[in-house]
Amino acid sequence: MSEMIATRDAYGKALLELGQENPRVVALDADLSGSTKTGMFGKEFPERFFNAGIAEANMVGMAAGLAAGGMIPFASTFAVFAAGRAFEQIRQSLAYPKMNVKVVATHGGITVGEDGGSHQSIEDLAIMRALPNMTVLCPADGPETEAAVRAAAAYDGPVFIRLGRSKVPVVFTEGCDFAIGRGATLRQGTDMTFITTGLMTAQALEAAAILAEENISARVVHLGSIKPLDVDLVLQAARETGAIVTAEEHSVIGGLGGAVCEVICEGYPVPVERVGLRDVFGQSGLAEELLAHYGLTPAHLVEAAERVMRRK
Amino acid sequence: MLKEETVRALEQTARQLRVEILKMLNTAKSGHTGGSLSAIDALTALYFHQMRHDPSNPKWEDRDRFVLSKGHAAPALYACLAEAGYFSRDDLKTLRRFGSHLQGHPDMNKTPGVEVCTGSLGQGLSQAVGLAIASKLAGRSARIYSLLGDGEVQEGQIWEATMAAAHFKLDNLCVILDHNGLQIDGEVEKVMNVGPLGPKFLSFNWHVLEVDGHDIQAICQALENADETEGRPTMIIARTVKGKGVPFFEHKASYHGVPPSDDELTRALEHLGHS
Ligand SMILES: Cc1ncc(C[n+]2csc(CCOP(=O)(O)OP(=O)(O)O)c2C)c(N)n1
Ligand SMILES: [Mg+2]
Repeated sequence: MSEMIATRDAYGKALLELGQENPRVVALDADLSGSTKTGMFGKEFPERFFNAGIAEANMVGMAAGLAAGGMIPFASTFAVFAAGRAFEQIRQSLAYPKMNVKVVATHGGITVGEDGGSHQSIEDLAIMRALPNMTVLCPADGPETEAAVRAAAAYDGPVFIRLGRSKVPVVFTEGCDFAIGRGATLRQGTDMTFITTGLMTAQALEAAAILAEENISARVVHLGSIKPLDVDLVLQAARETGAIVTAEEHSVIGGLGGAVCEVICEGYPVPVERVGLRDVFGQSGLAEELLAHYGLTPAHLVEAAERVMRRK
Repeated sequence: MLKEETVRALEQTARQLRVEILKMLNTAKSGHTGGSLSAIDALTALYFHQMRHDPSNPKWEDRDRFVLSKGHAAPALYACLAEAGYFSRDDLKTLRRFGSHLQGHPDMNKTPGVEVCTGSLGQGLSQAVGLAIASKLAGRSARIYSLLGDGEVQEGQIWEATMAAAHFKLDNLCVILDHNGLQIDGEVEKVMNVGPLGPKFLSFNWHVLEVDGHDIQAICQALENADETEGRPTMIIARTVKGKGVPFFEHKASYHGVPPSDDELTRALEHLGHS
């Protein structure tokens, strides 16, 4: 069993380090600094930390102003309130003017658990991806989150990073590198490819191991950068393995599955199965119960792989 | 003025509901303790004295309606609904469980007696405004009630709804503000000062009352006063204590979203004279 780290904890650590390295890094939160982990930065740099109170739209607007004034703001809240409540502020004040603001949204997806469907963002990747100028990242684990946060800080422009609440298995190594727009092949395979993001990458690696026992050679491609998407890596997988299963802790509409289908339809059509929430909201329950209920376990990925291969 | 024995009976109900809240949160192992306990006296006054409603007929057209704008206090609402008879008290044990009709935040499509979906702060009051307009349009005498958090009123949408309620002269709308002085990151005044609240609502042309939010007699009188107010919505600013009723939870932001452990539950029930 590999080590377990919540991506939001890795964010807290990376943000603190960035704060130590660069005095222009500032952080904002909306009354959730203990949960989003910006509190670690706030404790060390109280003069560079701004709690907007429960006022997400204003938080994003203030971040835009801080960026226009030369700062590098990281603004955090839960994904539903970031991408949802502050959507038009993100559109008009960040994406449209290419403002150098990083929106780091924690508690993405259904693994939020008991709080229920009102708090489980299943559409944030889709709506953020639809915005021109926006970069959308969804790291798989703790080490990749640290690298992604650093890459976002180094990049001049708006970035949305989706993180999770619960601890997830580590698949990358500490100090791994991350490039916006580049994916990673985590397991070679020839019969089909899992293209995954966020915590589904660890599930796909488990599924690939199960398939290997059935003599099916599954490739695992992780896309921590949803936008820009690593088009070459996706088309290469389509050409070389001829069948794709996408998997995300998100609606199958408009997120990773949507993005991959767009690329494959235009570039190299092969059968695709999308694993994700099938146009439904989440509900209360334990993270594991919900992953099972919505079909996001290694067993479900194995079934999807078998289905897609029958369509080859 | 309520009769002394009426007040005593309501206080007894509130004490019982505190027990239910603590038990269900302990069983669920997650959920919001502090803000459920600060709100329960106001909810008791609403559900067991003020509001006209019929638990055997939750969709009765002429009922008064309640919107829990601070949806995270769902345990307080569920305790009232079970006590009133909308569903079995046994259901409270399923709070936040997979498959339960008692979701982490109120869901109108799952729970009998829940009027709208809330949980994202700042949105409930606008829905209450809409309900109040609908009640007037339909020629009903039914009144609309809502409960807000004092951190929640930092949301800009709250002030948009506040403006609209006065503009439309919604004297059938009565809102209680659970002024417990705390939000998640600490004291409301220190996180993002939104005060002074009374003068703000007054300047938005509301009828404003201030009461001790744990004095059931005072709450009921304020609700009656709101009934008699014409041409303006009423805001009852209820001074409350987060975690009220359990000394070791009182005035603590750290118990905002933390349920009582087994040991804390035992000690809390002792304090409430329940074993
Ligand atoms: C739009 C939105 N932002 C953030 C949250 C997360 N959240 C839940 S409760 C809470 C604090 C609420 O404080 P307050 O309104 O004072 O409630 P109370 O003290 O009565 O519990 C926050 C920030 C939310 N539910 N909705
Ligand atoms: Mg409060």
